[in-house]
Amino acid sequence: MTRQEPPPLHRKAQRMAWRKARQRLVPYMFVLPQLSLFSVFMFFPLGYALFISFHDWDMVGQPTFIGVANFVRLANDQVFWFALRNTLVYVAGTVPLSIGAGLLLANALNRPMRGRSIFRSVFFLPVVVSAVVTALAATWIFNDNYGLLNRLLIFIGFAPVNWLSSPGWSMVSLILTTIWLRLGFCMTIYLAALQTIPSALYEAARIDGANKLQLFFTVTIPMLRPTTLFLTIICVIYSFHVFDLIFVMTGGGPGYSTVVLVQYIYNMAFQTSEMGYACAIGMALFALILFFTIVRWATSRRSEVSA
Amino acid sequence: MRGKPSWGTLLITLGLVVGSVIMLVPLYWMFVMSFRPKTEIFNLAAPIWPSRTSLEGFRTLFESYPVLRWIENTAVVAAISSAITVSLSLLAGYAFAKLRFWGRDVLFVLFLSTIMVPIQVIMVPEFFVLSWFHLLNSNWGVILPRCAEAFGIFMTRQFMLTIPDELIEAGRLDGASELGIFIRIVLPLCKPLIGVLLVFAVVWRWNDFAWPLVVFTDQAKFMLQVGLNYLKGDPNPDWNSIMALAVIALTPMLILFLFCQRLFVQGIAGTGLKQ
Repeated sequence: MTRQEPPPLHRKAQRMAWRKARQRLVPYMFVLPQLSLFSVFMFFPLGYALFISFHDWDMVGQPTFIGVANFVRLANDQVFWFALRNTLVYVAGTVPLSIGAGLLLANALNRPMRGRSIFRSVFFLPVVVSAVVTALAATWIFNDNYGLLNRLLIFIGFAPVNWLSSPGWSMVSLILTTIWLRLGFCMTIYLAALQTIPSALYEAARIDGANKLQLFFTVTIPMLRPTTLFLTIICVIYSFHVFDLIFVMTGGGPGYSTVVLVQYIYNMAFQTSEMGYACAIGMALFALILFFTIVRWATSRRSEVSA
Repeated sequence: MRGKPSWGTLLITLGLVVGSVIMLVPLYWMFVMSFRPKTEIFNLAAPIWPSRTSLEGFRTLFESYPVLRWIENTAVVAAISSAITVSLSLLAGYAFAKLRFWGRDVLFVLFLSTIMVPIQVIMVPEFFVLSWFHLLNSNWGVILPRCAEAFGIFMTRQFMLTIPDELIEAGRLDGASELGIFIRIVLPLCKPLIGVLLVFAVVWRWNDFAWPLVVFTDQAKFMLQVGLNYLKGDPNPDWNSIMALAVIALTPMLILFLFCQRLFVQGIAGTGLKQ
């Protein structure tokens, strides 16, 4: 009976401290499932890819460390430069055109008119169409001999074009198909943004005597700038990522005329089994995307500060 | 504003009609070709409207390939994967929006920046991770890696920021656990968000190609998009059957679009507005 009960206050404090510690851990429990998936399937592979990029590895044996040899090879690899050029051409072709067309379309469909919701649905439809299905459908539009487009051209008296079998035109076909896929996405984002422009701004400009075209350039476009920035970043990233469409539609051909970086990585990894080199190309591509995103983001920040 | 339409309105309407035709023709042509007799596929004299219909393409397709298995795999992957992605994104998005913890913002930016990473950059290491876990040629090999998806977390966080803190505080004062608050107070408010996340996850996984292409080497275990590419890769492709398979791959998504168009619009409009 000599044992003394601890004073109740002390025990209460202990319990409080324990509760507090648990409380602090709770948020991590919410994030933990995604964090573990991201760690295993994203962060670890990224680090491992960097590691492999400094090795020579054909998948079967052990990786041998070769320093920066893969990157030196990259700099002298003509196909890599082809793929880089094609990627940039594709980005430069798809991003402004799909954003610009989306902007015009959103403005056309923002006014009250008959059949507006049907038009919106039709342009938005490709959001559920896979790139593979699009590529197959587009093959029958652009096919040199049997494609609908050349049949139309011949029908109205023009010469047919080698849409898929000539180097320059095959890139054009890919860009046009991409715009078909992405137009509705851009349109929908612009349509939502147009609703947020206060009508008072238009009223004021109209009182100042601005016509429709001036309204578009002095009110609509400046007010949509944050949306345009967002779309540019997203579209540039999407365009750098393009794989399915090109893989199925042209397979990178004719020659190397439509090979893009992501496909070159795939070919190196799973067709010629040069894992180290594939990862080196991957690192170069990742650096490129990072660079574009940061530059675009930084320049927009500066212009916002100065504005 | 009523009265006779102006020339400008007429021109715009005309442009929209032409644009709509361009949007619909490729899909229309796909359907027409899939329901044609094989002999008419390369026949330039065949009319561009549906003429003689035939199920030949579908018959040879099902006779030569395990298409039912492909459909089943695609459906299973889309269903399981979207269920996991949506639940885990809701949990993480809630923490990023409403809970305070050390490293929160850094972790969020880290998650978000993975949107920039093309799958091909991590394809090689990820291939080895899967082979360590013996997940190659299995549906889980597609499901698990694709659940590490940042868009869902981003959208959830954006949505949950609009939920008033007072509601959550009230729950805490009532003595509810954090999980209890999440399930009983937050989730019921998120019904519109859950719909949006679900339809996008289903479409993305159903339409996935690049990653399943790496995971599946066994023809008997393909998913639909990989099967399409496989058929097209034949030295002498049977376009009648390819188009039939494309119709099979596309139709469920078209039906989803028909019924859930609002959700798709909300999802895309929502990401664009707030950054």
